[in-house]
Parts: sequence; structure tokens; C-alpha cells
Amino acid sequence: MDYLQYLRKDKMPHIWCDGCGNGIILKAIIRAVDKLGWKKDDIALVSGIGCSGRTPGYVDFNTLHTTHGRALSFSTGIKLAKPNMHLIVVSGDGDATAIGGNHFIHAARRNIDLNLIVFNNYIYGMTGGQASPTTPTGKFASTTPYGNPDSPFHISELAKAAGASYVARTTTYHTAKMDRYMQQAFQNKGFSVVEILTMCPTSYGRANKETGETGVEMLSFQKENSISLEKAKEMDEEEIKGKFVTGVYIDRDKPSYLENYQEIKDKANN
Amino acid sequence: MKKSFKVTVNQDWCKSCEICVEFCPKDVFEMVGFYSQAVRPQDCIGCRLCEKLCPDFAINVRESEPEQKEVKT
Repeated sequence: MDYLQYLRKDKMPHIWCDGCGNGIILKAIIRAVDKLGWKKDDIALVSGIGCSGRTPGYVDFNTLHTTHGRALSFSTGIKLAKPNMHLIVVSGDGDATAIGGNHFIHAARRNIDLNLIVFNNYIYGMTGGQASPTTPTGKFASTTPYGNPDSPFHISELAKAAGASYVARTTTYHTAKMDRYMQQAFQNKGFSVVEILTMCPTSYGRANKETGETGVEMLSFQKENSISLEKAKEMDEEEIKGKFVTGVYIDRDKPSYLENYQEIKDKANN
Repeated sequence: MKKSFKVTVNQDWCKSCEICVEFCPKDVFEMVGFYSQAVRPQDCIGCRLCEKLCPDFAINVRESEPEQKEVKT
């Protein structure tokens, strides 16, 4: 397939660092859109702030770069005004679970037909490597020079518990899984979350050399330290520690917000 | 018949992260100066892993028409 037909070529090359995984995720989004045969004008790509927030600038869809953490709120507005529009929301780990944490759980509770792609790089990359809600315990960031004392969020479990109807988790190394999960998420009616572990060699890798310092090392680390959900079920907690568990966390049928809203509208009109 | 592929690297977009050099199963790429280059395109099996993993949209893999062998007379 030809990626260039979906890109704003005058904006390339993009600003992401060498070895950053965000470009790999953007490619997977483009592949999924191409596979589903969606028209460029029927898609809205919405982002918040951060490295992930630069994503809409490079693709030739309807794009919106919103305030920090509010990508899901703006997309809710678009979806209600234009129900036939396919909404893809890209958000970083900090954007989705810290600044936009409330918007995230309430979008999941509402089960509105949005597709959220979370770029989880364990850190606030753009602003100088501060610890984010997903920075693992003990890892270093510019705000945790002696190691992070906090426990990290598990974004997929959080989305599942909050009521999302499709939740999947994978890494940038697993491109085939990324393709499959994105297509399933995009086709799902309801709130879908695909959490993707990406690499930030500049801010995270440099401070945590044991999990890889360069993009190549971090990608190899992802390859060696990811296990599937099925395999994780047979392992005890000690063995899973430090591993990244990938797979489909939930795929359930649940009435979406648009259907419920239509019901209320019908009731009010009669 | 063995398929052949044309692998191109857009040097204007390449940021020399070396992901393609490391992960290509057939070792097609090598760093030439600052940029990656497909130095052994004849070895390419067309798995497109480099194309999928290149974060900079710099690699393009296309199936090329097999060269016509000369007919012996």
C-alpha cells in the first residue's frame, strides 16, 4: 500500500526523534484505514497535547489538535454533531490518564463510538521527561531522580473497568497484532481503546538504560518482554512482573451512547 | 519463480535510527554514512517488516517485474 497518499507531504519529515515509535503507530492507523476502505473525508483524527498530539498534522484526514487532555471531549462533540464520521483519537499516556483522566473514564462509561489509540511511552516526552502516571515503579525520570515511588496505571484494565466495549493492548514491535487490533477497534460500535507501548529513547531510554537506550534496543526489549494474555493466565504474579501483557482485554456487545441517546430523543418527541 | 523486490530509502526523511538495519531478517540494509541504504536488495523476500517498522515513512518496498532471462539459442 502507498502511505504517501494519506500524508501531508509538505509537513514531512516529522518532528519525532530518531528511534521514536510514534511513526510506527501512525503507519498502523493508516494501514487500518486503508484496509477498511474508509474515505479520507469521513475520518476525523483528533489529538491532545504532547508528542502524540503532533500526529494529526501529518495525515490528510479531517484533523483537530485540541487542548491538553481534552481530545476525547472534542471528539464527543464531533461524534454527536456528525454521527457518521469515523472518529480516531490519539492520546499519550499523560494526555489520556493524567490531564484527561476524567474524560477518559467517562468516555468509557458512556461507551460512545470513539476509537482511542493510546501512545504509552511511560513518560512526558515532549516537556522534558517528567514521570507520567504509567512510569513503572522505580524507574527514572527527570522528576524522579531517585526512582519513581508511585505505582503505574494499567490503562487497559482501567478502560475495561470503566466500561469500554473493546480494549486491546500491544507494542510497536508487534505490527501484525497492531493491524488486527486497530481494525477490530475501528469496526466496534462503542468506545474502543488500543493501548500501544511505544519507545521514547530521548527521554525514557536515556534515563533507564536497562530497558534499552536507543530505539533499536527498546524495540528489542519490547520483543523479548511481551507475553500474551493467554500465557499470562498460566503464570504467577512474580513471573509476570516486568513483562508487558498484550492481547484483547475485552470485546463485548454493549449499547453505545448514540443508540441510547436516540432512544431518549424518540421518547421525548412522542 | 523467485519474486524480486525494489527497496528504496528516502534519505530526506531517514533519521538514521537503524531499526531497519537491526530488524531486517535478510540483512538487506546497511548504514552508509549517516543514512540507511538497501545495499543487498536482491536478498529481499518482501516481508515488509522494514516498511512497517520504519517510523519515518522513509522505506518503500515494491515488487518489481522479474528480469527477462536471455533465451539461449
